[in-house]
Amino acid sequence: MAGTDIIIHDEKDNVGVVVIEKITPKQDCDCWIMENDKSVKIQSMDEIPLGHKIAMTDLNEGDTILKYGHDIGKVVKSIKKGQHVHVHNVKTKKW
Amino acid sequence: MEIPKTFLGYKREDGRTGTRNHVIILPVDDISNACAEAVANNIKGTIALPHSYGRLQFGADLELHFRTMIGTGKNPNVAAVIVIGIEPKWTKRIVDAIATTGKPVEGFSIEGVGDIDTIARVSKKAQEFSIWASEKQREERPISDLWISVKCGESDTTSGLASNPTVGNLMDKLEPLGVHLCFGETSELTGAETVCEKRGKTPEAQEKFRKTWSSYNDFILKEATDDLSESQPTAGNIAGGLTTIEEKAFGNFQKIGGCKFIDVLEPAEEPTKGPGLYFMDTSSAAAECVTLQAAGGFNLHLFPTGQGNIIGNPIEPVVKLTANPLTARTMSEHIDVDVSKILSREMNLDEAGDELIKATIRVANGRLTCAEALGHREFVMTKLYRSA
Repeated sequence: MAGTDIIIHDEKDNVGVVVIEKITPKQDCDCWIMENDKSVKIQSMDEIPLGHKIAMTDLNEGDTILKYGHDIGKVVKSIKKGQHVHVHNVKTKKW
Repeated sequence: MEIPKTFLGYKREDGRTGTRNHVIILPVDDISNACAEAVANNIKGTIALPHSYGRLQFGADLELHFRTMIGTGKNPNVAAVIVIGIEPKWTKRIVDAIATTGKPVEGFSIEGVGDIDTIARVSKKAQEFSIWASEKQREERPISDLWISVKCGESDTTSGLASNPTVGNLMDKLEPLGVHLCFGETSELTGAETVCEKRGKTPEAQEKFRKTWSSYNDFILKEATDDLSESQPTAGNIAGGLTTIEEKAFGNFQKIGGCKFIDVLEPAEEPTKGPGLYFMDTSSAAAECVTLQAAGGFNLHLFPTGQGNIIGNPIEPVVKLTANPLTARTMSEHIDVDVSKILSREMNLDEAGDELIKATIRVANGRLTCAEALGHREFVMTKLYRSA
C-alpha cells in the first residue's frame, strides 16, 4: 500500500493531508480516502510539507473547510485546487 | 489479538490496583516544597511533589486544591504518603482524607518547629514508609483494574489521522473489558462540542457536558485579548499543519473511538459510576490535565503527540505515541510507541491499537516509560482564579 502521498479523512472533505515529507509543485499525488477506501489523484500547485493540507477543489472566500466530514473553519482568501491550505487562507469560526 | 485478562499490579488496601509503588512526600503549599524536597533527597525510594500553590486560596479554587492533593495521595500508584504543610489544620484535612483508603499516611507541620527539625522528624517516618513499601510485590490483577486516562499534546494533523485514532481503537477494545477510561481537554473540544455532546450515554451526561463546555468557552471569550493565536492552536500545532481550533478539536476527539461517556467529572474528581468512559473538565495544558486525571485515580496515561510533547507525571506513568515519522526519528527517546507506519499504510489502525495495548500492559506490569526514564515528573496544580 506504499505510495500514498495524501490522506483524506472523509469523502465529503475538501482538503487532504500530506503524509510524505513534502510534496512539490506540479507533483502528481495519490490520495487515499480513509472513510471508503477509495483512491483519487490530484496535481499539487505548491510545495506542501508533511501534515499540511492541500485543497482538493477550488475554494472561494467564505466557503467552509470540511475535514473529518465536519466544519473546521472558513476560507478568508480564495484557494485553487492543489494549493496549500493553512492559516494564511483559513480562519476559525469560533474564537 | 487476544487481550490479556490480567496484568501485574500492586493490590492496595481499598481494593484498587497500582501500576507503580511510589512513596510520596506531598507539600500542602508552596513554602513546604523545600522541606519535602530535602526529605526526598535524604530517603531513597521516595519522591517529592513540589508545586506552586496552597496559600490563601478560597472557594471553588481551594476545594480543587484539596481535591487534587487528596486524590494524588489516594491514587493506587501511591503506596504511602507523607504530607507536609506550614499549618496543621489543612495538613490534617488532607491526611484524614487519604487515610480513608487504608494506606499509611502521616502529616507534619512546620510552624513552631522550623525546617531542620521537621526534615529530621519526617525523614524518620519516610524511611519507615520506604522500607515498608519496598516489600510490596506485584500480583496478578484483572485487566479491569486498569484506569486509563488520555490526553494529546503538541498535536499536528498526524495526531488526528493516526495516533489519536490508535488510542480510540484501544478504547473500543478495552471498554468492553470493564476498564475505566477518561478524556478531558474541555477547551480543545471547541468546534466539535456538539458532536462530542451527542456521545453522552444519557441525556444527563449530555446536558452536563454542554454546561461544562459552555462555561469554559464563556471564560475563554471573556479573557481573550486576541484570537488566541499561538495558544490554541499552539505555534507547534500550526507548524505541524493544524490551522484552527475546530480542526484540532476533531483530531482530539478521535481518542475516544466509538465510546460513549457515562458521566462528566469535575477537575480531579474520582469517577463513581463504575467502569466505562468519563469526561473530565480540564484545561488542555498537558501537565495540568494529567495531574488532574491522576488525582481522579487513573493509574496509567496514554499520550499521543505529533510534534513531540515531552511531558511525564510523578505518579501516573505516561505512555507516549506518535504517528509523525519525523518526531519518531528526531525525538525517539520520548516515544514509547511509534505508529507512523499508519501514514505509509504499512500498518492499519487495528494493528496499531493492538501494539498500543501490548505496550500499555507492559508499562502496567512495570516497564518504565520514556518519560519516567528521563525523569519527567510534571506536577502542576490547576488554579481557577487569584488567591485572596
